[in-house]
Amino acid sequence: MTTKDQVEHEEEVTRRDFLYVATGAVGAVGAASVVWPLVDQMNPSADVLALASVEVDLSTIPEGQTVKILWRGKPIFIRHRTAKEIARGIAGNNDPMVDPANDQDRAVKPQWLIMVGICTHLGCVPLENTEFQLGEHGGWYCPCHGSDYDIAGRIRKGPAPRNLDLPEYTYLTDTTVKIG
Amino acid sequence: MGSSNYQPTNKAVKWFEDRLPILGLMHSTLGAGYLAPRNLNYWWNFGSLAGFMLLVQIITGVILVMHYTPHVDMAFRAVEHIMRDVNYGWLIRYTHSNGASMFFVVVYIHILRGMYFGSYKSPREVLWFLGLVIYLLMMATGFMGYVLPWGQMSFWGATVITNLFGAFDFYEGMGESILHLLWGGFAVDNPTLQRFFSLHYLLPFVIVGVVILHIWALHLPGSNNPLGIDAKGPGDKIPFHPYYTAKDLFGLSFFIVILAIFIFYMPNIMGHPDNYIEANPMLTPAHIVPEWYYLPFYTILKAVPDKLFGVIAMFASILIFFVLPWLDGSKIRSAKFRPTTAFFFWLFLLNTLYLGYLGTKLPDEIMIDMAGGIDALTMGRISSVFYFAYFIVIVPLVSRMESTKPVPTSISQSVLDANKKG
Repeated sequence: MTTKDQVEHEEEVTRRDFLYVATGAVGAVGAASVVWPLVDQMNPSADVLALASVEVDLSTIPEGQTVKILWRGKPIFIRHRTAKEIARGIAGNNDPMVDPANDQDRAVKPQWLIMVGICTHLGCVPLENTEFQLGEHGGWYCPCHGSDYDIAGRIRKGPAPRNLDLPEYTYLTDTTVKIG
Repeated sequence: MGSSNYQPTNKAVKWFEDRLPILGLMHSTLGAGYLAPRNLNYWWNFGSLAGFMLLVQIITGVILVMHYTPHVDMAFRAVEHIMRDVNYGWLIRYTHSNGASMFFVVVYIHILRGMYFGSYKSPREVLWFLGLVIYLLMMATGFMGYVLPWGQMSFWGATVITNLFGAFDFYEGMGESILHLLWGGFAVDNPTLQRFFSLHYLLPFVIVGVVILHIWALHLPGSNNPLGIDAKGPGDKIPFHPYYTAKDLFGLSFFIVILAIFIFYMPNIMGHPDNYIEANPMLTPAHIVPEWYYLPFYTILKAVPDKLFGVIAMFASILIFFVLPWLDGSKIRSAKFRPTTAFFFWLFLLNTLYLGYLGTKLPDEIMIDMAGGIDALTMGRISSVFYFAYFIVIVPLVSRMESTKPVPTSISQSVLDANKKG
C-alpha cells in the first residue's frame, strides 16, 4: 500500500532524514545543557562575587606614600602622588608607549592613583620604584620579567602588554573611596 | 596483550583462568609469554623504572592525603604537620617530592632513548603518542602537586603558569574570562587550591590508564632494540621472564640507591627555599623559578618578546614531538647506523640542558663575557632557535640525506658477528 509521497528515492530528503537530524539536534542541546553546569561550577561562586567591593579611607595615607590593600584576592595600589609626580606623569603623555594613555585618564583625582597591583604580563606584584631604585621610569618595576611602569602605571619597557589595570571605583566622600 | 598460550597446571588456577583470563594476560604482557629482542641494553630499563616511580608516587600520595587539608588557611600547616608530627611523615613526603623529580629523570631518559634508537618510527607512532600523552599528564600533575604545600613558590608558580592561558585574548575580556574560570575567583585562591588538589589526585590514575594503552601498543609490534631492526626468527628473541624481569630488577636496585641518596642526604636540593614561606598574595618573591623539569620550556617562553607568541612557542616546543615520526624520513631507525643523526642528537641534548640552565637565570645576567657581554636573554633566543631548527630543519634534512652505515641482517647475525670478531 504505497502512496506517492511515501516512495523513497535515493538522495532525496525524506521525513526519516528530518527526524534523524531533529532528534540529534535536540539530543545535542540536551547534552550541552547538562555539560554547562559542570563547566560553570568552576567560575567564581556567589560568595566570592559578594566580596567584590571594599571601602577605603584615604585621609590616613600621607603624600608620597602607597598603601596596598587586598581586593578580590588581588593587591590594589593606592598612591598619594606628589605634585611633582603628577607633573612627571603629564610630561610623559607624548612619549612612545605600548599602551598609550594620558595621565589625566589614569586617575579620577590626580593625587590618588588607584590601580590593580598585578603585572599585566604574568601576574606578579610589581615593586615600588618611585625613587628610581630599580627601573628607569620611576613608577613600579616587576621583578619577574623586568616590566617597567611609570608614575601613572603605564608600561614603558619590558614584556607586559598593557598598563596596570584600573579597578572601578567611586568617591563616596572627598576622602572615602569604594573600590569595586 | 594478544592471545595467550598460558596453560595453568594447577586445577584451581585453571578454574579461575577459564572464568577470567587475567593471569594469561599478565603472562603474555610481562611474563614468559612476551618475547622481547635478545639484545636490549640497560637503556631499556627506564620503562619499568617509570612504572615503578608511578607506583611509588601513588602509594606515598594516597598516604599524604590522609594527613593533608586542601585549604588556604591550613594547607601550609598541614605540610609542616606531616614533616614534624606524623610518624615517618618526613620520609613519606620527601619520597613523594623527590620521587616526582626522579620520575621525570627516568621519563626524560626513556624519551631520549626512544629518540636515539628511533623507537618513534613506524610501526610505533601511536606508542610514541601515548608516551607523550603520559608526559603531558605528568607535567600537569607535577605542576598542581607543587601548588599543594601553599608556599610562596606554590602560589606564584601557580599565578605565572595560569596567567599563560590569559594570553589567548582574542576578543575583549576573553583572556580574563579564561582566568576566572581556571581560578574560580579573581586571583589564585582557595577555589584554585581545591580544584588542583582534586585533579592532582585524579590524574595519576588517568596516567595508569594511558600506561596500560602504552603497553598494549608496545606489544603489537614488540619492543624496538638498539639495532633498530625488526626481530624476526626465534633466534632473535628471548622470553621477558625471567631474562628481562631479572635485568629490570637488577637496574631497579641501583636506581633505588640513587633515589635513597636524594631522600636521605639532599631532600631539598630539587626544591626552592621560598616554598618554606607561606603563600602571600601581596608579595612576589624576587625571583620565580619553576621546578627544574620545566626549565627548558620556561626559557623558550621568556625568549619570545610577545606574550601570546611566547606561550605558543612554549606549547609548540613540546607538541612538536608528536610530528617527529614524520619529520624523520630515514629508513633506518637506530642512530647507531646514522652518524650525522647521532651527532645532532647529542647536540640537541646539550642545547636542551643549556636551555634548562638558562631558565634559572635572570634575563639580563651576563652569560658570556665577550663582545661587551652576552646576556641570558640573547643566549636563550639562540638556544630556542636551535631547538626548533633541530626539529624543522636538521632532522628532516639529515634523515633523508645522510650516508648510513651497513645494517646487520638480523639480531642473531649481529651477535654472531660480534663473537667472531671478539
